[in-house]
Amino acid sequence: MTGRPDLSTPQVVTINSDADVVRVRQLVRTAAVAVSLSLVDQTKLVTAASELARNTLVYGGGGGAEVGVVDSGRRKGIRIVFSDEGPGIANLELALTDGYTSGGGLGLGLGGARRLVDEFEVQTGTGQGTRVTITKWARSM
Amino acid sequence: MHRVPVLKIGDLLLVSIQVDMEDQTALALQQDLSDRIVQSGCHGVIIDITAMDIVDSFVGRMLSTIAAIARVLDAETVVVGMRPAVAITLVELGLSLNGIRTALNVERGMELLARSRQDDADHVRGSDSDTAWMLALGPDPDHPTATAS
Amino acid sequence: MAITADESSRFAALLDSHAARLVERWTEVTAASVRGRMTEAELRQQVQELHRALRAALAEGQFDLAADASGALRATLSEMSRSRAQQGFTATETAVSVFALKDALVDVLDVRSGDQRALADYVTASGVVDQLGLFTFERYARSREELLADQAEQLLELSTPVVKLWEGVVAIPLVGTLDSARAQVVMERLLQTLVDTGSPYAIIDITGVPAVDTQVAQHILKTVVAARLMGAECIVSGIRPQIAQTIVALGIEFGDIATKATLADALRHALRTIEQSRRGNGSAARGAREA
Repeated sequence: MTGRPDLSTPQVVTINSDADVVRVRQLVRTAAVAVSLSLVDQTKLVTAASELARNTLVYGGGGGAEVGVVDSGRRKGIRIVFSDEGPGIANLELALTDGYTSGGGLGLGLGGARRLVDEFEVQTGTGQGTRVTITKWARSM
Repeated sequence: MHRVPVLKIGDLLLVSIQVDMEDQTALALQQDLSDRIVQSGCHGVIIDITAMDIVDSFVGRMLSTIAAIARVLDAETVVVGMRPAVAITLVELGLSLNGIRTALNVERGMELLARSRQDDADHVRGSDSDTAWMLALGPDPDHPTATAS
Repeated sequence: MAITADESSRFAALLDSHAARLVERWTEVTAASVRGRMTEAELRQQVQELHRALRAALAEGQFDLAADASGALRATLSEMSRSRAQQGFTATETAVSVFALKDALVDVLDVRSGDQRALADYVTASGVVDQLGLFTFERYARSREELLADQAEQLLELSTPVVKLWEGVVAIPLVGTLDSARAQVVMERLLQTLVDTGSPYAIIDITGVPAVDTQVAQHILKTVVAARLMGAECIVSGIRPQIAQTIVALGIEFGDIATKATLADALRHALRTIEQSRRGNGSAARGAREA
């Protein structure tokens, strides 16, 4: 094994403040470097994570992010799960539309984050909290 | 909370963002910069983001807001030093940073600001013909084709 | 196929007691397959290393190629596979370097005499060698894959040179088919060059590109927008009539992106714009003041 950080088990960050959003970004960056994502892919993933971590804080009223390494056999990637116990998203399709915002932002958070990653999944519903899972794969081995 | 320093250089304000900013830090910068523009009477602001490895929608919005506020206060803002990976990501994210002028580096940013405040006193100098700019730009003034016309 | 600790130690002892003869014969058989493309001394050294690593792994008790105790052996095999792949040897030629140990063992054990013990030892050893052979083959295949990937990448780099045309103007002449992967590399290289050279103008010349599909056109568009975010302007030149038709037919909006017929026109346009901005605020501002 090399001197890389141990990500064999997913690492969890609680998101309850601005500083936690920064912590999520830093952990995701370290993880992305560890699986050799290209610089552009690292930047895309960290940006997506930043958007979603802020959503978790602002709309979900806080929650957590779980950052782990995934391995498809052929290539490695990073999977991040953001979860909160907030009010949930009533109309997911609308929330994924560019320009739609309920929190005074630019409305690019959810839809924008989706374009920055390879896999994007949302589980939500009114009063059920929100769980967003994103995955970014390294381009080659 | 960390505060981003605002430096006054000549008649410009220079902000160099060196840390991974918390959202509160970004909001504080917005406030500080507005105050400094009024205090200093500067008409140009350069925000250097060379050190930033990501710009998300929150920071993008902060940059747009700063530029808009500065404009109201009669100052022009140039954002300089955006990294290629950051630019590519912003395009994918769908953030266009409307209303913000950009330049490759601090030096180019200063040129841009100097130009836009310049009284076009030199307008009388030179003509509009193509040869005029060839002469002015030629890397080698002694080159025969440059002096031909 | 698992073998017992006892079988392991018997195999180790065998390797030990007949070390010289085994290495000799092993080298001989390997040399015959690689036919003069490696020196005898080189081969002998490799065989000796393999012999030593195998003996060490067997001496650790019950042999298991995947275990920690076999780490050094795996490393030796990997290294050999990699160097063979790089030198252009075939998979068979590489595998023979391991399987040759069987030939050597047949001689040493005198299997043909029908001695039961010798036969049992040979079966054990043969099983181990098969494992090593398979491992080698796998590593060889992986090395080849990596080699091909590296070459493809190098080719990509070679095929997308970014050149400085003038102070403040860089150009990227694209030649050949642009697929999405290449377009992405092109985009990143061009933008990096803008930073490295401090050039506010970039010309993307697609004279040498036979066709453009939606994805590639999108990549070019994104490059232009990204460059603008960084404070640089792109000019697209050399758009062929067919490509212009495709762009319109696909409904791709090139918007306010400057397009020019030739690279020369694009350069002229860039230089004129530089000069205008040097004089003052560009034509728009001047026009406004004159009005």
